[in-house]
Amino acid sequence: MSRVVNLPVTDDVVSELKVGDVIYVSGVVVTARDAVHRRFLVEGVPLPVDLRGLAILHAGPIMARLGDRWVCQSIGPTTSMRMEYYESEFIERTGVKVIIGKGGMGNRTAEACRRFKTVYVIFPGGCGALGAFAVEEVLGVEWLDLGIPEALWLLRVKEFGPLIVAIDLQGSNLTDEVTNTAKSRVATQLQSKIRQCLL
Amino acid sequence: MVLLGSSQSVREGFVDLISRFISLVAVRLPDDVLPALASASKIESSPHARLVYEAMFRNLEIAIRRNVPLCQDTGVLEFFVGLGEGFPHAGDLLEAVREAVVRATDEGFLRPNVVDPVTGRNTGDNTGLGHPWVEIELLPGVNHADLRLYMAGGGSSRPGSARVLDPALGLEGVAEFVLNTVAEYGPPACPPLVVGVGLGPTVEIAALLSKKALLRTLGSRNPNPKIALLEERLADAINGLGVGPQGLGGRITVLAVHVEYAGRHPATLAVGVSTACWALRKGWLRVFPDLSYQVLTHGGAVLE
Repeated sequence: MSRVVNLPVTDDVVSELKVGDVIYVSGVVVTARDAVHRRFLVEGVPLPVDLRGLAILHAGPIMARLGDRWVCQSIGPTTSMRMEYYESEFIERTGVKVIIGKGGMGNRTAEACRRFKTVYVIFPGGCGALGAFAVEEVLGVEWLDLGIPEALWLLRVKEFGPLIVAIDLQGSNLTDEVTNTAKSRVATQLQSKIRQCLL
Repeated sequence: MVLLGSSQSVREGFVDLISRFISLVAVRLPDDVLPALASASKIESSPHARLVYEAMFRNLEIAIRRNVPLCQDTGVLEFFVGLGEGFPHAGDLLEAVREAVVRATDEGFLRPNVVDPVTGRNTGDNTGLGHPWVEIELLPGVNHADLRLYMAGGGSSRPGSARVLDPALGLEGVAEFVLNTVAEYGPPACPPLVVGVGLGPTVEIAALLSKKALLRTLGSRNPNPKIALLEERLADAINGLGVGPQGLGGRITVLAVHVEYAGRHPATLAVGVSTACWALRKGWLRVFPDLSYQVLTHGGAVLE
């Protein structure tokens, strides 16, 4: 069940998305990772972009300069968990509706998603060429002084994905369940697969 | 004058060769990784796992077709150089590697990733204090140089961990450390992973060996049969954790576990863990005195 979600997106559309759904997004996506979150929320510098209804992407792209414009060579997600320190406040203060990253996020983000009607979705990590293929145009860049990977890149994308919904408005958290299962299995795996081979 | 001119052209040819090698590694996976991914994908049955593998394989095709980096995080560049005692361009090597990294960055094959830890500023060209990182060992009796490149991405380096265990904990303690590390930090590191484990007397020796373990050909086994068995069992045990591709759940969490070891101290058993993501970007370039070359990791690659 995959569908295309157009950005900007309304609360009603976001509310329909459930953990495990697969979506593609079209419209404006803005990159925002560690340094953007820190400058905005810790240093208190106002964001130069209105993110209401839009998507942010936890990503640091490779960009090439072609005359007076930028071309996206490769773009895919970075580890979202590093943004866990900031994301709940970021969601509350910006009105962003879709957060794209990889690896999953924690309980504070899930709670903010529930309260402010936002979803967190996963783009397969390592697929930077696939991501760049969906970028139609680099609309602009802000805070380039943070360096190319950390700047705010404004991108117009067409059917960017696949994106797997990992946190929905009900507060379900897909990767949290996988990680908890993995941790709970360490002892039995040691017992069943390692111990005899060392005797 | 003639000598100077000729040495400059050697340097230029060397820089050219290495920068093309770097670009190749950023764009195309080495020969051993693709079949391992293909086998892993056939074992998965969940719709999410299958979707992720489809995206990965499509991504690899697009990267080659458009000649762009397959992942935007081209990492920090680590070179493990085997320097033949008869290699005539040893004096040019470090500068050629540095210039090649700057050029590959300029050409859009590398993301600028070196950040000054004090100021937080990105240096912009992947050089800086300690970068590119180069480890050199001498190869007696040969006249070529082996440049082995590993692109250390941020997400895949994040689980990296090392500590000194008490020897009483033994290999079981080592296994527990490895499993805990992967369970805790593996899911966002772009599994299926390759896990490198190093054992030795101190943390830096164990950590360095864990990185060298990642450079081994996938599917190869440690020559010590007991360690080879440990590699297989560790892979089985990690796959039993159920993390799966991209941490979305599945049967294959690691493509392989490689263990490398050095003798330990009577009082210490240090263990290091390094992880590589599914997009394991490594390369092995052998350069001969006349600057002819072989790319041992990427069959048929021509660096022109």
